[in-house]
Amino acid sequence: MEYEAFIGLEVHVQVRTQSKIFTSVGVGFGCEPNTLTDPVVLGFPGALPVLNKEAVEKSIKVGMLLQSTISEVTKWDRKNYFYPDSPKNYQISQFDQPICEGGKVEIELPGPSRNVMGEHKWIELTRAHLEEDVGKLNHFDNDSLVDYNRAGTPLLEIVTEPVLRTPDEAWAYLNALRMLMVYGDISDCDMEKGQMRCDANVSVRPVGQEDLGVKVEIKNMNSISGVRNALVYEIERQIQTLKGGGSLVQETRGWDASKNVTYHMRFKEESHDYRYFPDPDLMPVRIDEDWRGRISATIPERPYDRQRRYYDDFKLPFTITSVLIPDPGLCEFFEEAAEACNKPQQVANWIVNNLLSELGNDGLSLSESKITSAHIAGLVKLIEEGVISKNIAKEEVFGEMFTSGEMPAAIVEAKGLKQSNDTGELEPICQKVIDANPGPVEEILCGNEKAINFLKGQVMKATRGKANPALVDQMLKALIDKKG
Amino acid sequence: MNKDSIDIDYVARLARIDLSEKERRLFSSQLEGILEYFKKLDQVDVSSVEPMAHAFQVENVLREDESVKGFDPETAVKHAAAKRNQMVQVPKVVEG
Repeated sequence: MEYEAFIGLEVHVQVRTQSKIFTSVGVGFGCEPNTLTDPVVLGFPGALPVLNKEAVEKSIKVGMLLQSTISEVTKWDRKNYFYPDSPKNYQISQFDQPICEGGKVEIELPGPSRNVMGEHKWIELTRAHLEEDVGKLNHFDNDSLVDYNRAGTPLLEIVTEPVLRTPDEAWAYLNALRMLMVYGDISDCDMEKGQMRCDANVSVRPVGQEDLGVKVEIKNMNSISGVRNALVYEIERQIQTLKGGGSLVQETRGWDASKNVTYHMRFKEESHDYRYFPDPDLMPVRIDEDWRGRISATIPERPYDRQRRYYDDFKLPFTITSVLIPDPGLCEFFEEAAEACNKPQQVANWIVNNLLSELGNDGLSLSESKITSAHIAGLVKLIEEGVISKNIAKEEVFGEMFTSGEMPAAIVEAKGLKQSNDTGELEPICQKVIDANPGPVEEILCGNEKAINFLKGQVMKATRGKANPALVDQMLKALIDKKG
Repeated sequence: MNKDSIDIDYVARLARIDLSEKERRLFSSQLEGILEYFKKLDQVDVSSVEPMAHAFQVENVLREDESVKGFDPETAVKHAAAKRNQMVQVPKVVEG
């Protein structure tokens, strides 16, 4: 029997702000325990929450990036539960009037090989609501210790129905979502820092059956590929259980990345009754046309729209766009350099093949390096204008420019690398090479044109690579013709 | 017990507290008393009133995103019943 899987994802994204969602104490990661706290975060008696405007605006921006419907009025509810991560014994969240409803995300599935783009499709969203993050529990042998630094960080929960069908789709969805968040300057979505977290629910059913199978929730996945691996394992586990005549139970399972398995955490009967009710301490938020308009003006081009533009306008291949598109800073750098020299393909090649590997070697980010878009544009211009060869650019100029930050033209000048287009200077060198190599010359005269490459190499060597290769080719041919 | 009686065991489980038999009886009747009191609201005719999220019609109470320094760690955990390494110490719990 064939089985099919249905996957729903619940993604939490920390919205980047200076201060917490309901109070002015700062947000951060890796700070001394419990120093990002105040009476509101710790839920001291009498402390009252006041909503952070930036958290709301960034959430509206996310809704627009996700093409959701932004609610006209959104409000705050208390989600009641008793657990040490929540000092108030409730979490302020949104129940029936979330800030964003619906929406969709364009995803790109993995291609048949790394060099080939995979299929694109749209994933429908259910909703996105804003809430406060909770504290972090650190588990030890005999106790657990609570650090409330994370509590109160603005957190957007983005939810899909079980509309994803494969682990690859889930992987592609998370990648696409992360790109949107980075493009919108909402979050870096570093899963290791907890900036993005993901829970999955997954079920399988025999193909042809109408009702969905028993739903299992998976937690503790700490990377995007971890989500994919956990889903691959869990779908196979469920199918094998059913094939072996067993049955599945509704449960929450954890992902153990070191053993590559999911394990039972708790049964659904233990699930919570949150007794949501409107938070009387907080007033509803009305998002009017004017406010919407101001935020909508800040929505950037979406990643895959940019990818299509790069294909259409610059004729870049997927091997290049797949490197540029995920990094909006790199894209802007590329576009600036491409515009400055009007050679987008060459600029893209220099960035992807040379600049990124140098940055990688030195462990630098683009903004930390001395290379600006003007450096790359200048270098490409020097090659295009025949001032230096590609080889000289690679061997003599690029490294120097990367280390010193000097402009390429200045390096070429200082090192005397200017390509020789001077026929008067080149002719005697060419003649000397011809005279010294009668064998290859003979071959050329007999019709083996490839033998000219050897002579060209000799000329380039003699000029330390500075001769214009096209010109040398011409001159050698002319001199040999004369001889023949 | 009438039909609106409180399921005291369920409420206790949600609140993660253990109740003795005496407490179960005491709290059941007290909580039912509270519900009884709230039922007075049912006598008010609200058919002509729009549902609202808040008693005051005030919207968009927002603050600018500016951060200030928080508690020093000693103050933060000063009132915790148990503490270790500047953190609140709780019985070992399974991640929920």
